[in-house]
This record gives sequence, structure tokens and C-alpha cells, in this order.
Amino acid sequence: MVDHLDVRRGAYHDSVSLMQVSRRVGDLDGVTSALIAMATELNLDLLAGMGFAAVDAGPNDLLVAIRAADEDVLAAALSELEAALAAGRGGGERGFGDGPPPRTVRDALTDGGDLVLVSVPGQHAFVEALDALRAGAHVMIFSDNVPLAHEVALKREAAERGLLVLGPDAGTAMVAGVGLGFANVVQPGPVGIVAASGTGAQQLTCLLDDAGIGTSHVLGVGGRDLTAEVGGASTRQALRALDGDPATEVIVLLSKPPDPTVGHEVRALASQLLTPVVVALLGQEEPDLTEAAAEVARALGRGFDAPRSWPAPRPRTGPFDELRGLFAGGTLCKEAMAIAAGALGPIASNVPLDPGWTLDDGLDTAGHVCVDLGEDEYTRGRPHPMIDQSTRVDRIAAEAARPGSRVLLLDVVLGLAAHPDPASELAPAIADALAARDDLAVVVSLCGAAGDPQGRDQQAAALVEAGAAVHLSNAAAARSAVDLVAPGGGATTTGGAA
Amino acid sequence: VTASATPPLGALLLQQPRLVTAGVELFDASLRDQGVEVTTVDWRPPVDDTADELARILADPRTADANATALERITAAEPHWAGVTTAADALGLGRGQFLHAGPPITWTRASGPMRGALIAAMLLEGMADTPEQAAAIGEAGELELSPCHEHGTVGPMAGVVSPSMPMFVVENRAFDNRAYCTFNEGLGKVLRYGAFGPEVLDRLRWMQRVLQPAMAAAVERLGSLDLRAIIVQALQMGDELHNRNRAASSLFVREVVPPLLEAGIDPGDLADVVRFVNGNEHFFLNLGMPAAKSALDPARDLPGSSVVVAMARNGTDFGIQVSGTGDRWFTGPAQVPDGLFLGDYGPEDANPDIGDSTITETAGFGGFAMAAAPAIVRFVGGEASDALDATRSMYAITLGEHPHLQIPILGFRGTPVGIDVTRVVRTGVLPFVNTGIAGKEPGTGQVGAGLVSPPMEAFVEAVRALAAGAG
Repeated sequence: MVDHLDVRRGAYHDSVSLMQVSRRVGDLDGVTSALIAMATELNLDLLAGMGFAAVDAGPNDLLVAIRAADEDVLAAALSELEAALAAGRGGGERGFGDGPPPRTVRDALTDGGDLVLVSVPGQHAFVEALDALRAGAHVMIFSDNVPLAHEVALKREAAERGLLVLGPDAGTAMVAGVGLGFANVVQPGPVGIVAASGTGAQQLTCLLDDAGIGTSHVLGVGGRDLTAEVGGASTRQALRALDGDPATEVIVLLSKPPDPTVGHEVRALASQLLTPVVVALLGQEEPDLTEAAAEVARALGRGFDAPRSWPAPRPRTGPFDELRGLFAGGTLCKEAMAIAAGALGPIASNVPLDPGWTLDDGLDTAGHVCVDLGEDEYTRGRPHPMIDQSTRVDRIAAEAARPGSRVLLLDVVLGLAAHPDPASELAPAIADALAARDDLAVVVSLCGAAGDPQGRDQQAAALVEAGAAVHLSNAAAARSAVDLVAPGGGATTTGGAA
Repeated sequence: VTASATPPLGALLLQQPRLVTAGVELFDASLRDQGVEVTTVDWRPPVDDTADELARILADPRTADANATALERITAAEPHWAGVTTAADALGLGRGQFLHAGPPITWTRASGPMRGALIAAMLLEGMADTPEQAAAIGEAGELELSPCHEHGTVGPMAGVVSPSMPMFVVENRAFDNRAYCTFNEGLGKVLRYGAFGPEVLDRLRWMQRVLQPAMAAAVERLGSLDLRAIIVQALQMGDELHNRNRAASSLFVREVVPPLLEAGIDPGDLADVVRFVNGNEHFFLNLGMPAAKSALDPARDLPGSSVVVAMARNGTDFGIQVSGTGDRWFTGPAQVPDGLFLGDYGPEDANPDIGDSTITETAGFGGFAMAAAPAIVRFVGGEASDALDATRSMYAITLGEHPHLQIPILGFRGTPVGIDVTRVVRTGVLPFVNTGIAGKEPGTGQVGAGLVSPPMEAFVEAVRALAAGAG
């Protein structure tokens, strides 16, 4: 066994890229462990946990720690590392005396630009976003953990300048045909969406797309926009903009339940618009996203059939003891829990519907559990499950090894920037789990559009072949899973198959 | 859509946007796959965990306006050489009072060349007969030392100014303020590099006796001399006006020789004066520096402004002053320059960075105009492209471009000007500084020339102080 540790001063790469590089290097035969990461406190802890000596390094320094079977493996790992790091670096060639590439948004905008996508760590998003606004550009903030005061200040500045702030924590947007962040490739059409939730907007646009209804724009305003502090600043601008947009015939406002005063004001604004507005609120007592899609179709005078599903090839009927939801999308997780709780009672979770249902004792806790594996506690040192399936592959195997019977409910989210072929990793894991246990079933909520680069129908086919039941509607997937735990428990009686 | 009906968010929803991205590289690839024009920011976290401080400063409603005002004032300067005086007359310096380069320093902490220059000045002023006696006065703490910058003055290298020294007077006609600087002694064994031998003192005495009245006569006949005009021309003739002043000094000679000829100076003295000025290719440095100082002083004391108004080194510390934090110095250890050495000297003979000449970079020339002077990139074994890179990289840490100081090879783009401490800390890019290198032993003189990096901690401290006062 040989250990390699070096520190590359001032060599910055974003954490998503580095986790992918770590994985690429760690997956080589003979590499026991690999940590390629910026030397943040967290990563220095991980380094210590791997048994490497402490190093003097800071968050602007790149750590390269590799443990390999022998020197040859190490050499191969290092050359893989260099290739992976080089592949990530965009920006193109620099010519004679061109100077360095831009280090800040202000400098990048000197060559022009209309919209800035900021995805730096949350505490740094403010200054970059402010650069954008002060240079007259709109901004989408993908970053999470942006302080509320920063959001308020940015949105105030944007309003004064007639600019739009999307986010913070905006997972998806579609602007004039361009998909930003995690967006699906849906057909152009009449529906303009103002969304407080990224995966919620993805589910809605995909369901509409499958019903033949296209989307004009998706403007993600961030989960806090309709709070009293932020006052709906971006929602108002987005509503007005969509109202003035010739391509948009109906507007959907997809939001968490708003602050009462702000909600009243936003509804008043919506009622003055020339374009009809469908308000879809996310919450336990509200219609689910599939019902919202049906309502949008009605507003357009269009039909909406129940979203497609593919039954498991060898159906297992249960009843099973437990529901286990392993989610990548937060809103999809919550929607599934809202449906399941109606039939099954308390669902333990890291994003619980009720604070009393908080999952305290880890993923092996017995009972009904739905987890959002995209939350911080599950993504330390690992990429988000939207772009890397390893967390869920491991978890599927662990669920198959635990005593008791259960239904696994997974979302598979396709689209731009998502994992290029999630079924290639999840399907074998599902097949193995089902082969190992007769008292297990797998239900997949497949959030994708026919035009997505992963090929939605091929993904569905691979997952079905592995033994899963697949639903395009997350709500239908949840009901089907619940039905396997509590047959006739009432979960299937409601629904949006209107 | 009619022309009068401007959509609420401009054309955002009407045409495919041009994107700028900062952060996760994953998103760039998917944008490029969609055929979108994307500019990627080479982003990295700010230095030393300063995210909160930067956010506070940038959110301060005063900062943007104060910085705009600072930039406007710096670039509106109209520096003119207006006269010749002495330090005693202009600044009221008395016996035992000396100015020096950089932030405040004591004899105890002073480096070799700083002590050497003080020794030379004490000998010049007749306070001591031997270097040993002079050093004893320094050791005894009997000198009254004060930074040049706190007296409207700048001094190259050690920057030592004593009462009897002749001084150029520079007037900034846009704001009616003045700045002062001594005369340049030439290269090699000179006071400003810490030499104090007999040839140093003989030259200083000749400068007082012959050069001072000649320069006074010349400027009197000229009325005044527009220094910005010379700087503008010299930038187009291969100078960056810190480490290369050949063109500017030649232009200066062209201006002063006719009035010198008319001034009735003794022919022998006249020949010596012309030969001295013409033979010293850094003669103009001591006019370019006060020109820069006179441009920056009106930008001082603007509440909320994050613009650097002085960068200066005393051979021990590198210090900066920032408009929004008044007279406070933010310092860090002066670094040893990297460059070419004269004769048998090498890096082991070099003193840490010294001098007020970084006022040139602060005002948008010197190292910041390196693209204008590719001839001197060899100081660091560089290529011509490095000169262009150097200037281009400074736009990342400055507020704007100088409307008058332009660089032909960059398409007559204005030089980067107005160093913003927040941008230094955000980008991790330090000001690019050209400099001479002094020998570390007192009495040695110049040993080379090259490039040096300011200490990042000075900029970080300035950011923390600004944030503490942010409204």
C-alpha cells in the first residue's frame, strides 16, 4: 500500500468538480481511497479520518490524497487525476499577452452578458451577484446557504435597477429557451412558471411536456421569496415579466405557502395581470404537482391524461412492513411524504413534515422513512444524488440487507447537468436487491422529459427491466408505494388523473 | 411589441441570453451544449475568510459613490512642475527632523539602506562628522522621523529628506494641491540606496550648490511644465515610469535645456547640469512620483471608499493607506524583490522592498503600465507577453481605466487605475510592482532591479477595518 499526499497552493476548483474527480480516481482498480478536495476544515477532517498526516493548508489550496495498492496504481491514479482536472477547466486557450481569465463577475461582464449564473458557495454569492446587478445584468443564484439579509439586499438593488434575481437556491430556470442549472429539455409552449422550488418546477414542466403542453420560461425565485422579509420581490417582477411575454398564455405560480400579507399582495397583483395565473401551493393540505399540472391544462382548455407509468415486470403485492423513500429532489420527497402520511401516519425524515417526525437515529431506523439525500448531511465529500448515484446505490444494498420487508421509493431526476445515465448505476443495484430478497419492492418516480439527453424512455425501460415499477408522476409513484405497504389504505383514492 | 412598450425586464425573455457563470463548472458544459455564449469566471474564494467583510463593504451605500468620486479625482489630476524649494522652506523641517519612505519606522527597526541614508543625511546636514557618529545619534533615538507621505512628499528608495535638500514642487491644478520630491541623484552609490561615502555627499552638495539654482531658473522661465503631458508621451515611447524613465527623462531634457541656456549660468556649471540630467535616465522619476502623489491626495478621506491612496515601503514594512480609513497604515513585511542583479551582487545581498515609488503603481502607471514597457520584462527573465499580461491582470483589482494614460499595444486602452482593496482580497491578485533593489548592508547602494509582491495581509487588514466602519 502506498500513500500519496500533496498540497497545490492556490489551485482552486469547485467542490462538485472535485468530488467527481475524486470519484473518477477512487474508482480505479487498486485505489483504496482518494480525496481530491480544497483544504477546508471539513476536508482536512476527512483527510485525518483517512489516516493521513495533518498538513498546513487553507481553503484556496488543493489537497490530493491517494492510497493505492502499489506505485504503478498510484502513477495511473495521478495521471487520471491530471486528465480529470484538465478536463474540467473551461475558458478556452489564452493567447499572447491576453492576461488571465476574469476572476470576478464584473470582469467577465466587460465583454457583455445578459444573465449571470452564480453557483459559488453561499456566503460568497452576494458580492458576485451584486457585480452582476451593478453591471446591468440579471442574475440567477443557484447557491444555497445565502444569508437572508443578502437576499433582501440583492432583490432591493435589482428592483431599483429593473433587473431580476432568480434564487437564491434556485435549482432550475429556463429563460428564452435556455435551460439553466438542472432543467429538463421540454418543448416550447404557452406555460410560464414562477417557481419557489427547483424539482417542483421540473416535475411540473415534465408532466406538461408529456401531455403535449410546452413551457415558455421557468423563473425560479428561491424558497424564501414569499416570506415577509423578502416580500415577494422576485415573484412580482417575474409575474409582470411573464405577463408581458408574448409567448406566455398562462402563468403558474408554484410556491410554498406564503406569508399571509405577501400572499395577499401577490394574489392582488396576479388578479390585475392580463394573463391568467394558476396558483399551486406546495404543502400537506394542497393539491399535488400532478393535480397542478391538470389544472394548468384545464386553464388552457387542454386535456390531461393520467401520466404514464410502467408496472414492474414481476409485480410483488406485499403487504410490506415499511416505506423507504430515497430521494434526490427535496420537493419530490416532501410531496411523497404528504401523500404517505395520510395513509401511514408519521414518516420519519431529515426534512420532516412535522418537527416531531425528525429522523434522529440514522438511515437504519426501523419504520417509515423518507430522506432527502441531497441535503448537506448526506453530501459531505460526495456529489449530490442528482449527479452521482453512489449514495443511493450503497443505500439500496443496505436496505436489502436489513431485516424486515419494505418498499423502496426512489426519484430519478433527468435533465441538463444531471447524471448522464442514472439507470446504468441504479438498475443493477435494484436488480441485485430484488434478487436477494422476495420481500422487497422498488417503485421509481422518473422525473424527466422525452427530450432529455439521458433518453427518458430508455431510462424507464432499464429500470423496469431491473424489476422496478416506474411512474412519471411522483404523486402516483408515492401512492403506488403506499398501496404496497397498506393496501386499500386510501392512498390511491385521491389523485390528479382528472 | 412597439418601441414604446419596453418589457418589464428588458429583452431577457425575448432572446437567447448571453451567460456569465461563476462557480460549478458542470453547468457550463450544459450551457455550451445548448449553443449558448458563455463566459466563465475563474472564481476562487476570497483571501483569509473575508466573505462577511467584503459583503459588508459592498453593501455599504456609501462605497460605490465614494469610489466613483475617488476614481474621478485621481484621473482628473493636472500635475505641473511649478517650482524648486528646500525641505526646510516647503515643509518646515528643522535640524534633526527627517522624512523617510514608507510607513512609520524607528531607527531600531530600520533596515540597512534606511540607516545608511539617514547617516548620509546627518553628514550632509553637519550633524556628525563620521558615519559612526551619525549611527550613534540614530542609536540614541535622537532623530525625529516621519513618513514622507504625511507631509505631501514622496521619496524613492529610502526616501530620506533632510532640511537643506532641494525639492521639486508639483501642483495639481485640478484640485490646487501640492506634492514634493527631492532631486534624483542617479544610479549606483547614492543616498537613496543607503550609500554615504564621500562621492555621495559631494554629489549632494553639488546638487544643492549648482543643480538647485539651475532647476529653479529653468522652471521660472518655463512658468511651469505639464507633467501629465510628458507621462502620456513617455508611455507611448516605451516607459512605464517606475523602472524605465528613459523617454520621460529625455523629454524633460528637451524642455529644460532652452531655458537653462537662457538663464546666464556659468558655462562650466551649465555643461555639468546638462550632462548630469541627460546622463541620469531616472531623473524624471522624482517628478513622476510627486505627480502621482498630487493626483492621489485629493482622493483621501472619502468615507466608505475602498481605494488605495498610497502604497509605500520603508525597507522593513510594506504599508498601504486607504481613502475610507484616513491616515491609518496597514502593513505587512516588505518582501525581497525578484530580479536582475548588478555585477557580483546576488539575492543574498538584497534588502527587502523599499521606497515610496509604488505611488506610481497606485496612480495607474509603473508596473500597472508594464504593457507599455516590454523592454524591461527581462528584469525577471520574462517575455514580452508577460508585460501585456501584467497590465491586463491589474484591471481585475482596479476601479477603472485612466482616460489620459493610454497604452498603444492594448489598442490605446487606458491604464488600470484606482486599486480597490476589496478586489485585491476577492481575487487574490496583488498589485504588480516594479522596483529597484537596494543592498541590505548600510553604505552599499543599488544592487539590482526587479519585481516585488506586496504582502497580502496589508490588504486583508484594510478590508477588515473598512468593514468595521461600514454603514
